[in-house]
Amino acid sequence: MKIAYFQSVSSSRGYWLISAIAGVITLAGLIGADHMESAGHWVTGMSNQVVWGVPHVFAIFLIVAASGALNTASIASVFGRDDYKPLARLSALLAIALLLGGLAVLVLDLGRPDRLIVAMTHYNFKSIFAWNIFLYIGFMFIVGIYLWMMFEPRMNRFSARVGTVAFIWRLVLTTGTGSIFGFLVAREAFDSAVMAPLFIVMSLSFGTALTLLIGMLIFWINGAAIDPALLRKLRRLLGFFVLGVAYLVAVDHLTRLYVTGHHQLERFILLDGGIYTFLFWGVQILLGTVVPAVLLLLPRFYQHGYLITAALLVVVGALAQMYVLIIGGQVFPLELFPGYSVTSTFYDGVIAHYTPSLAELALGMGGMGLAVLVTLIGVRILPFVPVQMAGENQD
Amino acid sequence: MVMDMKDSSPASARRTFFTQASAGVALLALAPGVRLVDLALARVQDEPASATQRWGLLVDVDRCVSGCDACVSACNTEHGLDGNERPQTDAQWIRKVDLVDNNTEHQLSLPVMCQHCEEPPCVDVCPTGASFRRADGIVLVDKHTCIGCRYCMMACPYQARSFIHEDLSGQKTHAPRGKGTVESCTLCVHRVDRDESPACVEACTDAGHEALVFGDINDRNDPLATQLAETTTRELRADLKLNTAVRYRGL
Amino acid sequence: MIWSGLFERWSKRRSCAIRAGVITVGLLGGMALTGAYAQVSQPLFPSARGEQCVEPVDVMRRDHFEFLKHQRDKTVHEGIRTPRHSLAGCIDCHADKDAQGRFVPVNAKGQFCQSCHVYAAVKIDCFSCHAARPSERVSQSP
Repeated sequence: MKIAYFQSVSSSRGYWLISAIAGVITLAGLIGADHMESAGHWVTGMSNQVVWGVPHVFAIFLIVAASGALNTASIASVFGRDDYKPLARLSALLAIALLLGGLAVLVLDLGRPDRLIVAMTHYNFKSIFAWNIFLYIGFMFIVGIYLWMMFEPRMNRFSARVGTVAFIWRLVLTTGTGSIFGFLVAREAFDSAVMAPLFIVMSLSFGTALTLLIGMLIFWINGAAIDPALLRKLRRLLGFFVLGVAYLVAVDHLTRLYVTGHHQLERFILLDGGIYTFLFWGVQILLGTVVPAVLLLLPRFYQHGYLITAALLVVVGALAQMYVLIIGGQVFPLELFPGYSVTSTFYDGVIAHYTPSLAELALGMGGMGLAVLVTLIGVRILPFVPVQMAGENQD
Repeated sequence: MVMDMKDSSPASARRTFFTQASAGVALLALAPGVRLVDLALARVQDEPASATQRWGLLVDVDRCVSGCDACVSACNTEHGLDGNERPQTDAQWIRKVDLVDNNTEHQLSLPVMCQHCEEPPCVDVCPTGASFRRADGIVLVDKHTCIGCRYCMMACPYQARSFIHEDLSGQKTHAPRGKGTVESCTLCVHRVDRDESPACVEACTDAGHEALVFGDINDRNDPLATQLAETTTRELRADLKLNTAVRYRGL
Repeated sequence: MIWSGLFERWSKRRSCAIRAGVITVGLLGGMALTGAYAQVSQPLFPSARGEQCVEPVDVMRRDHFEFLKHQRDKTVHEGIRTPRHSLAGCIDCHADKDAQGRFVPVNAKGQFCQSCHVYAAVKIDCFSCHAARPSERVSQSP
């Protein structure tokens, strides 16, 4: 059994530069959140028709990616693939950092973020949201313990068991996140059992993409390179995850297309929804699925540059997917009176308007910034990053 | 129903009392809705609301007049829903909806508000339990516990809920409302608790249309219950089987 | 092995911490001596209408938030609207009128709620939602 040695990242200009950028982005997010909370949500693009906006797009993306970011560690501990071990610690740290970023955005967007204590002490257990609070906090604890098992040599023999608990917890957590939407019987775009498995495959795709991107960034700051053999395995995995997401998206839409009652919604998303149609076909499918799949899976694109491009495109496609799902799903009107054309003062019967505001964008990006910042702090104070990665797997 | 007790301890005396008392109460209610002694419709204000009553509303679409918004104005005045000329974010507890049949081009108009479902999706999804259904059927938001997550707004099939997007001042004493919480039609719970009917119902009656009828669905003698029993009415989104307290006739 | 590294860094920081502690104590002591604390005015507010409060003054001072908190749950969830511990009841008696005879919000500067709460440095949240003036309806207080 190979023993991997780890180190903490040393101080360097690159490190401080990236940290400063992440810090500024996080600060911008905090300023945006403060503006939203003090003035009230009327300064955002959100309204009574579109109640969740760009902050939630980023927050759900980060939370889903957090769950998937643990995958690399799970492959090592749970599935016994030692060649993934060098990235296991970083993968677990990323999982915590991304979840923190996502939760920070969610909490700061609340109408009453000062009532967080109320949210932690009053629970309605029929609400999947309430369950998710437990699942998210529990996840951070379990991954914390998992990290302890990985760091402390005397506890290494338990890492497989704790890793398995974390793996199962992750599946439940992501199912819960998908069910936030899947359980909404009122909304045509969400009410579907496929939401839970879709979110699980999405987590694998988004999480692996971010692990690759942030992992390669940290290695670059540290002046080292990830073992090419491991990179090749991860890129193929990401390629297959991207195809997996595409499959479930296809199933979701094809099923809805079959049902006459849903034709208007599908027509809106797929054909004449303006920005939503563009984001779906142009960004989510083309840039976020087809191009990355080609770049990741065809051997002739097995180079660093293509890998980084593909991972970035996956992230862009992911954000577009979240936008189409969350916001596109809300702008489409609820059908209360089938067979009638409807007008009212409360925007019944019409596609609602939504234009993201700067404050929302700042808050959403702030979550990403916070995740990167937490990761950078973590890798500096504790040995997360493997030593001498390149060439390790030569036997 | 006198128990033959040889033992005359206090415990057995209490047992006897309770048995006789509960027998007496049971006699008062032979079957649901049928009472030998008519319980007063008014609930005394220092007793909790109970499931004996279920408040409901009937909307007669044929009497509702297109272009009239007496119910909306009355609601806005009653609760201080001044608005800020920002229709996308201003609260609307009740709204008039104008319909045109796609095939026949027949036109209708009717008000839509919180339907006060028996199985409200908004109550199911609220993480803190702030969205709740009172024992007498009125669905409310406990704004002390609401954290403003807006999940209930996503979950409501009738788009009945509004979020308060700005600081407020000059609220009505009977309608506390503030930035960052969610609200919806309360069926004028503060008036109902005083034995009055909702502001929209009174306004519609005053306007001469009488398209809104309010009452206790559980009370067989109530005019609302009688109309529901004798005429054809339906729920909105009946396919969801939420058993709403608001029913529509003529739709 | 990680713990020993952390301990080394902590011992080096200990002298820093001691220095910081001495400066802080010095600052606080200096502030106390110069009377920097004595800037908050004692609670002073207009007296209420009516003969007496629904509870004795010392009970109210100690427990008014408990009364309000339990009352609000009873009112909102069960519809029990007895005026004894209702917030609206408090405001009906404790709101003051200005020179023109209009009611002043009870959480305005120098008024009933605000003056004690500033003194005690306890932020209240009631009036972001609740009306701070009595309603036009007849007061429900006994």
